[in-house]
Amino acid sequence: MRLKTFLLGALILFLLALPSFAGKYLLYMTIHILLLSVFALGFNLLLGYTGLLSFGQAGFFAVGAYASAKILLVIPSLLMGTIAGVVAGGIAALILGYLCVRHSRIYFSMLTLCFGMMIYSIAWKWRDVTGGDDGLVGIPRAPFEIPGIFSIDMNSMGNYYYFVLVVSLIAIFILYRIVNSPFGLTLKGIRDSENRVAFAGISIRNYRLLSFTIAGLYAGLAGSFLPPLENTVTPPLAHWTHSAEPVMVTLLGGIHTFSGPIVGTILFYLIKDIIVRFTQYWLIWFGSIVVLLVLVFRGGVVIFFTEKIWPLLKRT
Amino acid sequence: MYLWLLAAGLTLVFGVLGVLNFAHGSLFMLGAYATFTFYGKLGLNFWLSIALSLLSVGIIGAILERLFIRRIYDLDLPYQLILTFGFILIFDDLVKMVWGGVAMIPPMPRFFEGNLSILNRPFPIYNLFIIFAGIAVAIILWLLLEKTWWGRMIRASASDREMASAIGINIPILFTTVFVFAAMLAALGGALGTPVRVVAPGIGTAMIIQAFVITVIGGLGNLKGAFVGALIVGILTSFGILLFPVFELFIIFVIMAIILMVKPEGLFGK
Repeated sequence: MRLKTFLLGALILFLLALPSFAGKYLLYMTIHILLLSVFALGFNLLLGYTGLLSFGQAGFFAVGAYASAKILLVIPSLLMGTIAGVVAGGIAALILGYLCVRHSRIYFSMLTLCFGMMIYSIAWKWRDVTGGDDGLVGIPRAPFEIPGIFSIDMNSMGNYYYFVLVVSLIAIFILYRIVNSPFGLTLKGIRDSENRVAFAGISIRNYRLLSFTIAGLYAGLAGSFLPPLENTVTPPLAHWTHSAEPVMVTLLGGIHTFSGPIVGTILFYLIKDIIVRFTQYWLIWFGSIVVLLVLVFRGGVVIFFTEKIWPLLKRT
Repeated sequence: MYLWLLAAGLTLVFGVLGVLNFAHGSLFMLGAYATFTFYGKLGLNFWLSIALSLLSVGIIGAILERLFIRRIYDLDLPYQLILTFGFILIFDDLVKMVWGGVAMIPPMPRFFEGNLSILNRPFPIYNLFIIFAGIAVAIILWLLLEKTWWGRMIRASASDREMASAIGINIPILFTTVFVFAAMLAALGGALGTPVRVVAPGIGTAMIIQAFVITVIGGLGNLKGAFVGALIVGILTSFGILLFPVFELFIIFVIMAIILMVKPEGLFGK
C-alpha cells in the first residue's frame, strides 16, 4: 500500500513537472491521454462496474464537445465551456439513459449504438447549428477566468495542459470515491447478480440510470477538453467507431480494476505512436493486438501485471 | 436489396452461432473489392468474377471462424464485439494496403446497361436484376432452411445446441458452414452492389450499421424479419432522401430506437 501511494505521488509529480522539460508534441499527446482516460474511466463505470456495454458513448462525448464549442464561440471563457460540456453530456445521458436502462446485454448495446448514431446524424445534417460536415471551426482557446478575481491566459500549450491535468485529476479522484462508495458496491452487485440486488429492495433501473448519467458526465467532460485543444469539432466525434475507442482501451487495461482504463489509454497512445513511426497502416497492427488481447489476456494488462508478474517480483 | 443479403448473413450468424459479428460489413467490403479486381481489373467474365469472389470470401470466412470466432462462443458479449471489431480494423487496413485508399468506381457490365420502361418510367435493368437476385436468394434461403437436411440441423442447433450435439450433429463443422455461408451472402451483396456504388475502404463500417438497423427492426436472428426490415430501410432511405433529405438518416435510427424500446425482439419476434 505504501509503495502504491508513493508511485501515485511520483506519477502526479512527474505530470506536474512535465511542461518544464517536454516539447509541445509530448504535451499535446499527454492532453489526449488524459482526455481519453477520463472518457474511458466514465465508460468503465458502466462496463466494469455495472456490467453494461455502451456503444454510444461517443455521442455524449460529441454532445459535450459541441456544447462547449458553442459556448466558447459566444462567451470566451474556458470554465463556462467546460461546465457547458459536462452539463450537456450529463443531460443527454440522463434523457437517453432513461430510455436505455430498461434493457441489458445485447439490446442495451444496440440501443446505445442507435442513440449514438442518432446524435451523429444530427451533428452531420443540422447545418445551421452544428456546421454540418464542416463542423465548427475557429473555436478560441479562451482564458480561464473568474471575472473580477483572476484570469489565466490559455494560449500556451503548457497552461492549457495544467488546466486539463488539474480538472482530470479532480474528476478521476471523484470517480475513485464514487466507485468505492456504497453506491459503487451496489453497482458491482448489479453486475454480478441482478436478481439478488433487486430482492434486497434496490431499484436496479435507478442505479443503472445514475451510473449511465455519470458516464455521460465524464464523456461530456472529456468532450469539452477537445474544442479548445483542436480549435474544431467535427461529426466523426459522434460516430460509433469513435465509441469503440474507450471500449478498446478499457479492455486493454482491464475492466475490473479502477486504473485499467488509464493504463489502457497510455498503452494505446504508446502503441500508436511507435507503430506510426514504421508504417502508416497502424490499424492493422492495432487490430491484431485487440484480437490477441481477447484470445489471450482477457483480464487486461493490469490484472496480468498484478496477478502474474507482481508475485514473481515479490518472490525474488 | 444488397442490404438484405448483408442482413441475412448477419442475422443467420446471430441466430445460430449467437455471435453478433461486427466484421460482417467488412466481408461485404471484401466481396466488393474482390469482384472489382476480378471483373474490373482482370477483365474476367462477370458471372465468373462473382463466383470467384464468393469463393475467396468464403475461404476467408472459414479461416476466421476456425481460428478465431470459434473460441469466443462462450465469452461475454463485450469480448465478442471487440474481437470482431478488431477484424474491422485489420480488414480496413488490408484493403488500403492492397487497393489503396481512394474510392473507385467499377465498370458496369455491358448487358446490364440501359433502361426498361415500366409504367412509362425508365427503370435501370441492373436494379431490376438486383431485385430479382435478392428475391431469388430469399427463396433459396427459405428452401435451404426449411426443406433440406442441412437446414434442419441448423434449426435444431439454433434452438438447443447441447441437445443437437447429443443426437449426433457435428456442431463445430455445422457452425463453420453456417459462418462461411453467411460470409458468402455478404460477399454476394458486395459483389452485386459494386457496379452501382463506389468501392472504398470504410464501406464496411457504414454498411454494418445499416445491417444492424435492419436486423433489429426485423428481430435479431429472424430471417423473415430481416427481409422485411431491408425493404423498410431501403424504401425509407430512398423516399427519405426525396422528401426530407436532412433527417433521412435520423428517422431510420428513430425507428430502430422505438422498436428496441417497445418490442426488442423485433417486428416478427415471438
